Amino acid sequence: MQIVVLLKAVPVVGTERLDAAGRVDRSAGLEPNGNDEYSLERALTLTEAHGGEVTILSVGPAAATDPIRKTLAMGAARAVHVLDPGLIGSDMAATARVLVAALRRLDFDLAFAGADSSDGGGGLVPAMVATQLGLPYLSYAADVEPLDGAVRVRRISPGGYHVIEAPTPALVVGTQLLGAPRYPSLRGIMQARSKEVATWTLADLGIDPATVGEAAAGTRLLRTETPPPRGRALVVRDGPDAAVAQVVAFLAARGLA
Amino acid sequence: MPRRVLGSGAPVDFAPSPEHELLRQTVRDFAVREVEPVVAQHERERRFPSDVVAMLGPMGLLGIPFPEDEGGAGLDTLAYAIAVEELARVWGSLALVVAAHTSLGCGPIHTAGTPGQKERFLVPMAQGRVLGSFGLTEPGAGSDSGGTRTTARFEKGPGDGTWVIDGTKRFITNARYAGTYVVTARTGTRSDGSPEIGAFIVTDPTPGFSVGRIEEKMGLHASSTGELIFDRCRLPADQMLGGRGDGWKLFLRALDGGRIAIGAMAVGLAQAALDASVPYARQRQQFGRPIGSFQGVAFMIADMATEIEAARLMVYRAAWLKDQGRDHALAAAQAKLFASEVAQRATNAGIQVHGGYGYMEEFKVERYLRDAKLTELGEGTSQIQRLVIARRLLDLEVM
Ligand SMILES: Cc1cc2nc3c(=O)[nH]c(=O)nc-3n(C[C@H](O)[C@H](O)[C@H](O)COP(=O)(O)OP(=O)(O)OC[C@H]3O[C@@H](n4cnc5c(N)ncnc54)[C@H](O)[C@@H]3O)c2cc1C
Repeated sequence: MQIVVLLKAVPVVGTERLDAAGRVDRSAGLEPNGNDEYSLERALTLTEAHGGEVTILSVGPAAATDPIRKTLAMGAARAVHVLDPGLIGSDMAATARVLVAALRRLDFDLAFAGADSSDGGGGLVPAMVATQLGLPYLSYAADVEPLDGAVRVRRISPGGYHVIEAPTPALVVGTQLLGAPRYPSLRGIMQARSKEVATWTLADLGIDPATVGEAAAGTRLLRTETPPPRGRALVVRDGPDAAVAQVVAFLAARGLA
Repeated sequence: MPRRVLGSGAPVDFAPSPEHELLRQTVRDFAVREVEPVVAQHERERRFPSDVVAMLGPMGLLGIPFPEDEGGAGLDTLAYAIAVEELARVWGSLALVVAAHTSLGCGPIHTAGTPGQKERFLVPMAQGRVLGSFGLTEPGAGSDSGGTRTTARFEKGPGDGTWVIDGTKRFITNARYAGTYVVTARTGTRSDGSPEIGAFIVTDPTPGFSVGRIEEKMGLHASSTGELIFDRCRLPADQMLGGRGDGWKLFLRALDGGRIAIGAMAVGLAQAALDASVPYARQRQQFGRPIGSFQGVAFMIADMATEIEAARLMVYRAAWLKDQGRDHALAAAQAKLFASEVAQRATNAGIQVHGGYGYMEEFKVERYLRDAKLTELGEGTSQIQRLVIARRLLDLEVM
């Protein structure tokens, strides 16, 4: 079973900064997007159990090398890094087009993605990719079970779970319920040194630079603002009666009760 | 391209390799997420962190600098130092468990073990299935580690014969929780009257071997420090490590490497104090402004950061020398001496920055000070480090 994991390199959560142009600064200090790591974890356990390999596919800046190395140290077999100066400022649609072009060049039974990214938070790229490739799209996966020529996903629904099946190849969007990502082992860190990271450019993918990047973006970034620091949280740990009294008092003090 | 320093042939490049960087991040993530939440309780209850130690093995953290065919992770001393530093930054006790196991428990077997001994003893230790420990110190043999009273008497017999060990070791890290102990004992007297000291591998259980009292300590409460008691403990001849009379030298050599890890532990503890002090000095207000805006406080922090950086570089350089196969005894002693004294100052300053809150257990900085004190004592006190350094410089029998 071949699994491609779409993985975004994001600024280490809590250290996000904006560059001069008001975009998220991705020039250094990146880590694998947390939601993508849940999917990666499941991809690794699936290939360990059923055979096959995991390939990482990441569209990102040069600094994405570090997070990519981490995924290889966790156990992915190889990585494809789409890296091109023309990609700077791409919107979700352009990113999806690039991923689609790359996926067309890869052999896979399953493509995995994360629910959304900690920096952009759009959450639309996987659906765009699935649509453009005509792949079944299985989102909110709490569990993934490979079948013969198909995949079964336990999909979180508002009232519980849907169990859905689709023929492969298919695209699965994971959730935290797929399990906590492993830590790279030290041996994995050493092995990652000899794993292949292919760097593909727009030219390699046959993509016209005019169709991606900031100029081609269908959305415009007008302004970015840093959210105000969150207020102090009141954590109530007492038993129900005392807790209710505290919560009511808290709300009352703010004119909410 | 890094610029080459004339003559040395080595590029000066302070950037860690991507592997070292990933290792640091991995250990840091692990320590913050998995370890930090259980520290306070273990320390309060003086409970050895068996569960946490069990997680280290599969990650490769109990055999970092040993080759893969010896069960290790195949990294280097620098990687090991970085890992110990990051563990100490969260939990001194755990860093000491790892340092004693790796440098002192595994180290001598890696250096002097036969292929059979490595297979049988080192592989399970480096894979993290068996914890290691090192028994040199005795009631009458502390800084004077050659003053060993524990004896090993050879008896001819079945096979290649047996060694019969009698005596007591004191202040032994990982006592009770280790499965393999490497210990020294007097095998006889040399022609010049000096003791002939051998090294032996003892597994628990072995008849005649027991762990005695576990000490109550000033700090490092979750690490175990205890007595090893040998009462006609019989070991087959193939559990002698190295040649007859090689033991003491072997142990001194293990200490050269071990000092790098204790230096790294000191850097980690000092860094923990700084990590806590910077945000505190920014948040805590007195006289209507953050205390960090008073030079009296700000300069303490500037000094902490500066000294920590110097200590870290000394530790990394000693590790690098060892990895290059170069003489690292002097550099390791200097790094350990300096880093442990920096740790003492920095953790003390950490409390000072926190004022009365720093004296309260809730704020953790008091723990860093108590834990850091050990780094000035273990694996040779600061006085002994100065002896080692001065002897090298003066080429005199400095006493
Ligand atoms: C928490 C902890 C863990 C330990 N773990 C281990 C372990 O795993 N294995 C092990 O073998 N040992 C271990 N030790 C023992 C440690 O190595 C010794 O305590 C240390 O070497 C000092 O020996 P001592 O305690 O007998 O002190 P002493 O040697 O009695 O020293 C007392 C004082 O005299 C000074 N002094 C002694 N000789 C000289 C000299 N020639 N010149 C100047 N000053 C001198 C010392 O510096 C010190 O200030 C551990 C100790 C502690 C506290």
